[in-house]
Amino acid sequence: MLELKSLACGYDLKQPVLQDIEFKVNEKEFVGIIGPNGSGKTTLLRVITRILKPNKGVVLLNGRNVWQMKFRELAKYVAVVPQNFGGIDMSVEDFVLLGRIPYLERLQFFESKMDLLIAQRCLSLTDTFKLKGKLMSEISGGERQLVLIARALAQEPKLLLLDEPTAHLDITHQVSILDLIKKLNKELGLTVVMVMHDLNLASEYCQRLVLINEGRIYKTGTPQEVLSYKIIEEVYKTVVVVEKNPVSAKPYVVLVSQEERQKRN
Amino acid sequence: MRSKVFYWSAWILVLFCLLLAVVLFSFCAGPVNMPLKKILKVIFEGRGSSEYSILFDIRLPRIILGFAIGGALSLAGVILQGMFRNPLVEPYTLGISGGAAVGVCLNIVLGLSRGLGIISLPVCGFLGAILVILLVYFLSIRKGILKIQDLLLTGVMISFISSSLIMLIMSVSHTEDLHGIVFWVMGSLEEPSWLLIKLALGIAVFGLVVSYLFCFDLNAFSLGEEEALHLGINVERTKRLLFIIASLLTGFSVSVAGIIGFVGLVVPHFIRMLVGRDHRILLISAFLCGAIFLIFCDSLARIIIAPLELPVGVITGILGGSLFIYALSKKQVSLGDK
Repeated sequence: MLELKSLACGYDLKQPVLQDIEFKVNEKEFVGIIGPNGSGKTTLLRVITRILKPNKGVVLLNGRNVWQMKFRELAKYVAVVPQNFGGIDMSVEDFVLLGRIPYLERLQFFESKMDLLIAQRCLSLTDTFKLKGKLMSEISGGERQLVLIARALAQEPKLLLLDEPTAHLDITHQVSILDLIKKLNKELGLTVVMVMHDLNLASEYCQRLVLINEGRIYKTGTPQEVLSYKIIEEVYKTVVVVEKNPVSAKPYVVLVSQEERQKRN
Repeated sequence: MRSKVFYWSAWILVLFCLLLAVVLFSFCAGPVNMPLKKILKVIFEGRGSSEYSILFDIRLPRIILGFAIGGALSLAGVILQGMFRNPLVEPYTLGISGGAAVGVCLNIVLGLSRGLGIISLPVCGFLGAILVILLVYFLSIRKGILKIQDLLLTGVMISFISSSLIMLIMSVSHTEDLHGIVFWVMGSLEEPSWLLIKLALGIAVFGLVVSYLFCFDLNAFSLGEEEALHLGINVERTKRLLFIIASLLTGFSVSVAGIIGFVGLVVPHFIRMLVGRDHRILLISAFLCGAIFLIFCDSLARIIIAPLELPVGVITGILGGSLFIYALSKKQVSLGDK
C-alpha cells in the first residue's frame, strides 16, 4: 500500500535528514516508527504527506507517486493526526467537519447531510459525541487528541498517519487512544503508521517497528526483532534491560540509571 | 446545519437593513440638510432642481463608492487575516495600501493617465500593491517559515518608506499635480469619474464572488498551512490567488479613494467576534459591514465641520488606529501563533 523507495530528503541539499529510506507498509498493517530525538521520524511523515519534497527516491501509494496525485485525491486516501491542535478556536463538531473538506465541491457552500452523518459517526466512534457543542479550547488534552482523530477519520482515509498521538497525555488517555487506534485498525481495516517515542507502547500495540537512527533505517521487524537490548543500547546510547511484558509477552524495555550502572560495574 | 443557515440568513438580513439605514442617513446628511420627507418630494418632482442634483450627482456616487471601497478593503482584510492567521494583518498594516499609493502618485506625476486614460490609475495601484505584497511576503520568510512578527514589521516599514516616497514625489511635482495628490492621499470618496466608480463596484463584487470560491480553503487555513495541505488544499496555488485578489481589491480602492486606513482591520475584527470564524459567513458580513462603516464615516466627515468637509481617511484613521491599539493590548487576539 505505502512504499518508500531509496528516499533521501532534507531541508537543504548538503545535509539530508533522511537517506536511503526504503520500506513497505502492507494493507491493514499497524506500523510504528521509532528512533531517538532528531533521527528524522517526523520528517519521514512530512515526506509521505507531500509537505517536503524528496531529493531522491519516491513515495508510492498503491503504486502511484504521491507527487503526481492531486492534493484532494491524496487527502481522501491519507489522513494525518498532528501532534497537537494549533488552530483557532471553534466548536468540536465544526472542527470534525473540516475533515470533509476534501469531499466538497468548489461551488458547494454547505456540507451535505451525508457529510454531517459521517462527522457524527466519527464523533461516536471516538467517543466524543457528547463534546460536539463544546469549543476546542474547553476540552482536555486527551479529549482534544480524540477529536483530532475524529477529524482524520472524517476524511475516510485508507491510511492513517499519527505523529506521537500519546505525547503529553496521562496513562489513561495513552491507553484509551492507542486502544482506539488498534480498534480502527482491526475493525475498519485502516492501515496505521504511527511515530512513537515510548518504546514500550510501540512494542505493545504495533505489529511491526521501523527503527530510524541518524536519518537511516537501522532495523525493521516485529517488536521482538527490533527491541533487543543490543540494538537499543547502540541506537539510544544508554543502558537498558529488555524484559518480557508479563501480560502480553511483548518485549519491555527497562531503563537503568547511572547510579545503578555504577553499582553493578 | 439548518439552524446555522437560519442564523446566517437572519444575520445577513440584519446587515442589509443596517446598510439601508446608513444609506438613507447618508442621503440626508451634508451641508444641505435634507430630511427624508424632502428627499421623497425631490425624487417625485424629478430632474431639474438643485436638490435633485445634490442627491443623485453628489451624494449617490459617494454612497456607491463608499459601499464598494468599504466592502473591498474589509474583504481584503478578512482574506489576509485568514491566510496569515493573525488579526492584525490588513492591507494598511502590510504596506499594501502604501505601495498602491506610490504607484498612483507616480502615475499622476508622470502624467500617465493623460496619455493612457483614467484606467491606468487603478492599474498602477494594483501593480504597486502586488509588488509590496510579494516583497513583504518574501522578506518575512526565514528558512521556509513565515514569521508573522517579521511580516507585520516589514509591512509597517514599507508603509513608512512609501509615505516618504510619496512626500518625495510631492516635493518635486508641479503645483497642479500637488493639490491632486494631497487631497487624494488623505483619502476621500469624492470621485468625479463615473467610470472609476462603476469599475470599483465591479471589482469589489468580483472579489467577493471569487473569495467565496475559496471559503473552505480559508477555513482550512485556520488550522495552519501544513494541515490545510493535509485536507487536500493546494496551499501554494490558493495563497497566490488570494494574494492577487487582495492586491486587486486594495490597489483599486487606493487608486480611486486614496489611503483609507484600518477599515480592513477594525471591521473584520469585530465581525469575527460577532459571527465566529467560519469564512462562509465572515466574508459576506465583513463586506457588508465594511460598506456600512465607510458610508457612515463619510457621512460624518461631511457634517462634523460643515460646510467644510473632513477627509474620510482622517475619521477611519482616528477610529481605527485607537481600536488597533486596543486590539493589540488584548492578549486573546493572537490566533494560534505562539
